[in-house]
Amino acid sequence: MEPKLPAFIVPGRVAALVGRLPQLPPALALAGALNLALGRVLPREQLEPLAGKRLLVRVTDAGLALRFALGANGFRPVFDRQPDDLRISATLRDFLALALREEDADTLFFGRRLLMEGDTELGLLVKNTLDAVDWAALRPALPRVGLRPG
Amino acid sequence: MAIELVCPAGSLPALKTAVDAGADCVYVGLRDATNARNFTGLNFDDRALADGVAYAHARGAKVLLALNTYPRSDNWARWTAAVDTAAERGIDAVILADPGLMRYALRTHPSLRRHLSVQGSATSYEAINFYHEQFGIQRAVLPRVLSLAQVEQVIAHTPVEIELFGFGGLCVMVEGRCALSAYATGESPNCNGACSPGKYVRWEQTAAGMEARVNGILIDRFAADERAGYPTLCKGRFAVGSETYYAIEEPTSLNTLELLPEIARMGVAAIKIEGRQRSPAYVGQVTRVWRQAIDRVAHEGDRFRPDAAWLRELARVSEGQSQTLGAYHRPWK
Ligand code: SF4
Repeated sequence: MEPKLPAFIVPGRVAALVGRLPQLPPALALAGALNLALGRVLPREQLEPLAGKRLLVRVTDAGLALRFALGANGFRPVFDRQPDDLRISATLRDFLALALREEDADTLFFGRRLLMEGDTELGLLVKNTLDAVDWAALRPALPRVGLRPG
Repeated sequence: MAIELVCPAGSLPALKTAVDAGADCVYVGLRDATNARNFTGLNFDDRALADGVAYAHARGAKVLLALNTYPRSDNWARWTAAVDTAAERGIDAVILADPGLMRYALRTHPSLRRHLSVQGSATSYEAINFYHEQFGIQRAVLPRVLSLAQVEQVIAHTPVEIELFGFGGLCVMVEGRCALSAYATGESPNCNGACSPGKYVRWEQTAAGMEARVNGILIDRFAADERAGYPTLCKGRFAVGSETYYAIEEPTSLNTLELLPEIARMGVAAIKIEGRQRSPAYVGQVTRVWRQAIDRVAHEGDRFRPDAAWLRELARVSEGQSQTLGAYHRPWK
């Protein structure tokens, strides 16, 4: 079965515009979504190696670069000058396909659509922890905020 | 007898996906060095294992536990505890490589089925029959180095069921004995369960291309339009003499779909899909294709032809530039 999500890229003009906007609101939104999941569906204990690390999520076609870190109170956007520990880059479409479990991360990596730079161990932790979330079993327990795929 | 489809799962969602997509068996590992996919965040804790076994058994599927690395005397108890866990959790078979562990499993849990792992490197029927006589091995997974004619020879001379790799990443060394990753990192995949462990791997996009390093050693550099492969040393490009090329193996994936009629005819008991390190998405995609193919070959026999759509789907999720029939299809032996 081909993935249901159609191939698309964010038009260059939109990306150029987004790239010039402050990156705080989208970073806040992503951190907020992750925090909703943290403890509920994402096992905090397993993600502990991420504590204090700088993660950069780059949505290449949308001109977005979201930088955040995991602290005692959950994920928060960071704008300091420390080097990134892990950088993950892909298009918006491919990030969505990963979140919806329509694409496998290695498939995207082999096809050069996903780039993971920096601490590979952290990257594997993030990927495998997300893959292990059993949405089907959690469905009844989840708040209705549209966090879940499928 | 119909060929069993044996699918990989690195997480509970992957196991459920495999079962739903038609796997007859799902093979899994624990969260430690007792299996050969010991990667961070992957695999099953006790709770996930119990849930996975319950889910599979309720739907008529089996769960196999890979305990296919080699214990040492200082951590022996960890491996035997894993065998005990398998027995307690109702696992349908353990996949073992170490003869000591086979002996332990036979003596402690005689009714627990024992499969010989590919890591055991048994390529002859003499070796397989030895494991059968000594440790009651009921099934052997053949290393990916034999031609189909050789596989047929093995099947003709052993009472042990034979399982073949059908699809996925290739590990071409005499399995269980590869020293490449250990040479670069000091950690042996055969004892620690990870070839090119994450903590040694670095990718970096540079002006010259995407570079892959293992413990600082540059093993490949991919141009923008080149498909990438896993950062294993066997699939690196190295300077040999005046040439830089894939000196050991190209990053290709095994795909034996078109050999399925022959495989079915010679009495292979099961086909194994590689990829416990991959996401539920891959497991679902590949399982669905192979389920349909195995069902079709049961009806059509030699008239079987794989669908073009299946081949496209499998090529899409494959490592590297191309797919190969591996050693199964070659005129020389
Ligand atoms: S280096 Fe290659 S052949 Fe050796 S264990 Fe790793 S994947 Fe297998």
